[in-house]
Amino acid sequence: MERALGLSEPVLSISGLRLRRGATEVVKGLDLSLARGELVALMGPSGCGKTTVLRAVSALEPFQAGAIRVDGVPLHPGPTPRQGALGELRRKVGLVFQLHCLFDHLSALDNVTLAPIHALRVSRAEAEARALALLEGLGVAARARSKPRELSGGEAQRVAIARALAVDPPLLLMDEPTASLDPARRNELGDSLETLTAQGRALLLATHDVDFARDYATRVVVIADGAVAEDGLPGETLVRPKHPATIQLLRSRGRRASSSRSDPPPL
Amino acid sequence: MLLAGVSPLAAASGGTLRWGGDAEGGAPFVEADPANPAIVRGFDVEIAEALARGLGRRPRFVQVAYQSIDQSVARGDFDIGLSGMEDTPARRAALSVTAPYFEFREVLAVRASDSGRIRTLADLGGRRVGTLAGTIAYEILLKARSERGVLPVSYDDDVHPYEDLARGRLDAVLLDHVLAARSLRRVPGLAVLPETVATGRYVGVLARENAALRDSVDALLREMMRDGTLRKIFVKWNVWDEEQARFESDALARWDVRREISSNGNLADGGAEALRANAPLPATAGPDSARAGDVSYPSKKSSSPSSLSLVFSYLPSLFRAALVTIVLSCVAMALAIALGIGIASGRIYGGGLVRAALTGYVELVRGTPVLLQLFVLYYGLSSVVRLPAFVAALFGLGLNYAAYESEIYRGALEAVPRGQLEAARTLGLTEGQVLRLVRGPQAFRLALAPMTNDFVALLKDSSLVSVVTVVELTKQTAIFATNIGSWALPGALCAALYLAMSLPLSRLARYLEERWNAPSA
Repeated sequence: MERALGLSEPVLSISGLRLRRGATEVVKGLDLSLARGELVALMGPSGCGKTTVLRAVSALEPFQAGAIRVDGVPLHPGPTPRQGALGELRRKVGLVFQLHCLFDHLSALDNVTLAPIHALRVSRAEAEARALALLEGLGVAARARSKPRELSGGEAQRVAIARALAVDPPLLLMDEPTASLDPARRNELGDSLETLTAQGRALLLATHDVDFARDYATRVVVIADGAVAEDGLPGETLVRPKHPATIQLLRSRGRRASSSRSDPPPL
Repeated sequence: MLLAGVSPLAAASGGTLRWGGDAEGGAPFVEADPANPAIVRGFDVEIAEALARGLGRRPRFVQVAYQSIDQSVARGDFDIGLSGMEDTPARRAALSVTAPYFEFREVLAVRASDSGRIRTLADLGGRRVGTLAGTIAYEILLKARSERGVLPVSYDDDVHPYEDLARGRLDAVLLDHVLAARSLRRVPGLAVLPETVATGRYVGVLARENAALRDSVDALLREMMRDGTLRKIFVKWNVWDEEQARFESDALARWDVRREISSNGNLADGGAEALRANAPLPATAGPDSARAGDVSYPSKKSSSPSSLSLVFSYLPSLFRAALVTIVLSCVAMALAIALGIGIASGRIYGGGLVRAALTGYVELVRGTPVLLQLFVLYYGLSSVVRLPAFVAALFGLGLNYAAYESEIYRGALEAVPRGQLEAARTLGLTEGQVLRLVRGPQAFRLALAPMTNDFVALLKDSSLVSVVTVVELTKQTAIFATNIGSWALPGALCAALYLAMSLPLSRLARYLEERWNAPSA
């Protein structure tokens, strides 16, 4: 019932976001909204503020003006609230870091169960059962007892996704998810993400990867100069770009695509 | 200057007589002159000057810690040690010892209010009795511990025992009557019991190979007894009494007897022999002292000091001292770790005031010697809070090392990558949980190696607590070495015990590190 009602409401709405780092304004009035089931690729040149937007939505970065609302939970301009006051937001949004940032001293399974056990007060048995199911769904259940340093880049990413999903947030943010993956792993990741959106989650991906965005995103948002330059279907935006930033993005794609193929496969 | 009339002795050592003493021991033995602290005065000073004069040399004073005089003279730092040195079998075995020049009585000092209740050593079962480490008095107390349950407390100096007695940390002090009389004048509220627990004599000590100089000194001492020079010196320093007069006349009488017997022999040598023979000393009770007979000096049997049985007799006390060292180090380290974590967390998470206060604490503690901190804790604060010695030692080391540990933890906490903390925050953990579940455990892995290093350092720094009367391994070794007159065996044993304590620890740390880095099953 709740989920059915929620479908009409956007899971994430950002309006008029302004964010300054030191003297430079990185985000200058950005508007964006995501509905359940959407997989949105946030694109743009390096340094355009893609990652910063993800961090602001995760309350890791303070912003100066505008409003952010995650599934009904508002974030206000000004210093980031104390960690203790963010409990509700933390259950609404998960973040998968580009470098995964798994806890080095814990096994894959303990990485996934940490938040349910300590933040949600779920019993260990229940948390582990759910974590194993998540790892199973992502194809890494066999590595549950491994330490992060023993995992390949692709495995670590899957564990990081499972960790972010462990509190069952309706919104999942990912920073450059395909950066360390070879083409075969990229397709596996894309399939996994489609499964997540099919379950009714909204996904926002900061990415450079035009091919991945075209193949899997339901919508592409291009940022230039701290604001949205173009927002449309991948088949439209990435085929008939209107904004110079998008054109630039597509022009550099040939080089990057070839370089990403030549990347050594993860260990 | 090859003049036949010049004494061969005067030529022997370039015209100076280097004599060693401890000015910290103070009057009436050797003290820095209040008017001019660069020079020393006291009866030992005047005896040294008279001896130098007799030898045709200029006296030159060498300052040396009382506990080190034996070792120092043996290795040739100076010619003769004169600083209220007791005549003991161990000294006689290891060094050349002069004829005794003064006879002292071991007496008990108590608080005046206790003088009705405590009359003898026998009344002190279960009570704490202080004295100077490595003395006859300490040996008497050790014996009294096994026989009467007296609790001996050893000090590195002869001033603090009396102060601690007045403050109530001790119930009695057993030391020379000369020291007792001096302390009575300085510290109010004390009384000296009339009983003589034992008698002993002061001697000069020389290196074993320096027997020729010793014989000349003996001849001079005898002359000084005969012509009243010694008496004048002792009178001047207020230590002349009837007992001393009797001691001198006995000594001279014995020498006269010996001179008649020795047929045309070397008079000087024969006389000195007689004088020295008169003092196989320990606890030779005065006829008036009924109790003294049953306090015999434990080292008496050790006329051959290398005897293995003597070494074995010290092993239990050495192991006990090692136990003190390990317990003290472990508990102090636990305290340092707990406080260190608190300080490091406070400096990272705390407000400005908390941070400033903790930074100040760390700088103060790191910037001052731990020895000073121990003194302040034990003696300096004693008017406010009277900490037992072991507790003062524990806090002194623990509080000191907490400053160092906190810096290790602060560095380790700050070395945990920011991504790890942000990941933990996005999962909804509170800051406390982030610290406890993610940051702390990762920092601990980084801190382990420097912590192990510090623990080994603490193990060795624990030897400093002997200044607050805790007898730990190094102190016990020093006592052992003083008593048998050699550092070789005690030193080796002590080193072996320290290694036996520190090596397993390093192994444990390495095992933990290997386990963390090992692949999971």
